[in-house]
Amino acid sequence: MSQDRVMERLLSLAAERFARSREDLKPEDDLFDALEIDSMQALSLLTALEESFSVEIPDYEVQDVRTFQELAEVVASRL
Amino acid sequence: MPLTHVIEDEVLTVTLDGGKLNEIGLPMLRALEGVVPLLRRPDVRAMVVRSTHAGGFSAGADLHELYAGLTSVEADPAGLVEHAQKLFDTPRTAARAGASTLRAALRQRDPHPARAAKAWGVRAFLDRVHRVFDAFDAAPIPTIAAVHGVCFGGGFELALTCDVIVADRTARFAFPELRLGLIPGFGGIPRLERDLGNAIVRDVILSGRSVSAKRAHELGLVSQLVGDGHAHKVAARLAEQTTRFDAHTLAVAKTFAKPIPRERLREEKDRFVELLGRPVVVEALRRFVEAGDAMPYLPAKKAAPASDAGPNDRVTR
Repeated sequence: MSQDRVMERLLSLAAERFARSREDLKPEDDLFDALEIDSMQALSLLTALEESFSVEIPDYEVQDVRTFQELAEVVASRL
Repeated sequence: MPLTHVIEDEVLTVTLDGGKLNEIGLPMLRALEGVVPLLRRPDVRAMVVRSTHAGGFSAGADLHELYAGLTSVEADPAGLVEHAQKLFDTPRTAARAGASTLRAALRQRDPHPARAAKAWGVRAFLDRVHRVFDAFDAAPIPTIAAVHGVCFGGGFELALTCDVIVADRTARFAFPELRLGLIPGFGGIPRLERDLGNAIVRDVILSGRSVSAKRAHELGLVSQLVGDGHAHKVAARLAEQTTRFDAHTLAVAKTFAKPIPRERLREEKDRFVELLGRPVVVEALRRFVEAGDAMPYLPAKKAAPASDAGPNDRVTR
């Protein structure tokens, strides 16, 4: 799966999960600001990503992730 | 009360409902101790443990309480008995043993006699936790943990005492203790070893990573994986099913299928207390407490300032 498709699915999933408009989310956005989520909600996003992409993403790989772009790179590395 | 319980149709349902996310400190411990006698009542044939917190089952040990316990007492042999009793709610005989530990450390010119005594105080607390968890583990009735959301550290260890874990897809399991310079202390490693292969046990313990319910189901840790919000309902149905069987036969089956790793549990307590005396643990706990977040090691909005080591930093030094 290409990085672009990973990003598209990630943004759609995040928008749906946290009731945001998909168009408002950009790859370079700080995902905590854009989604207005805390660490607990970030954990639920991680679970949703694992389900959606059928991958396992250890928390330590996303510990320092701030943007959707960085998160998409972590997901892509597991595909 | 950090938990409530109800007995209905021979099923005891324990509902965790305390603190930010059912942290296991003295209030929760006392409440769990109150549940133990119910496990052997003739009108109780099965138990379900669940949480009503939206965030999950339990975030684990109450680290604020542990930090206070390790930092508030000074090396005062005369006042230690009273202080330890108050701080750790220990019986007087156990408190005397703590004072004795301190005196022995002083006699042996231990460079950190107060630390030795504080570690003893936590040991007394751990002994109580283990008595409760062992009683849950050895209960002569089927026990089921209904898990959703966060099931970390001591909360994970509580779930592991149950015979069956039913989890919904939001559940995540983790032992983050190494981030604090510790290992699990409520029996997590021996009980995880009992249930899973050692390779995945090492991965989970050494990385501190959380494992999703789906993965935990694949590994065999979660017996029944259910849709979001359905863990309790499915667990209750399973509990009701077990009440149809002969009580004595159930108890025999359980004892045979689920031996309690007592020696390994004792060793784990020893290792935990040994580690507890290290300054790195107090420092890691301080960062945790000051972060003010229930789980500061998870991804968060703000990074720690570069000049100040954050809780995500390694604690090996």
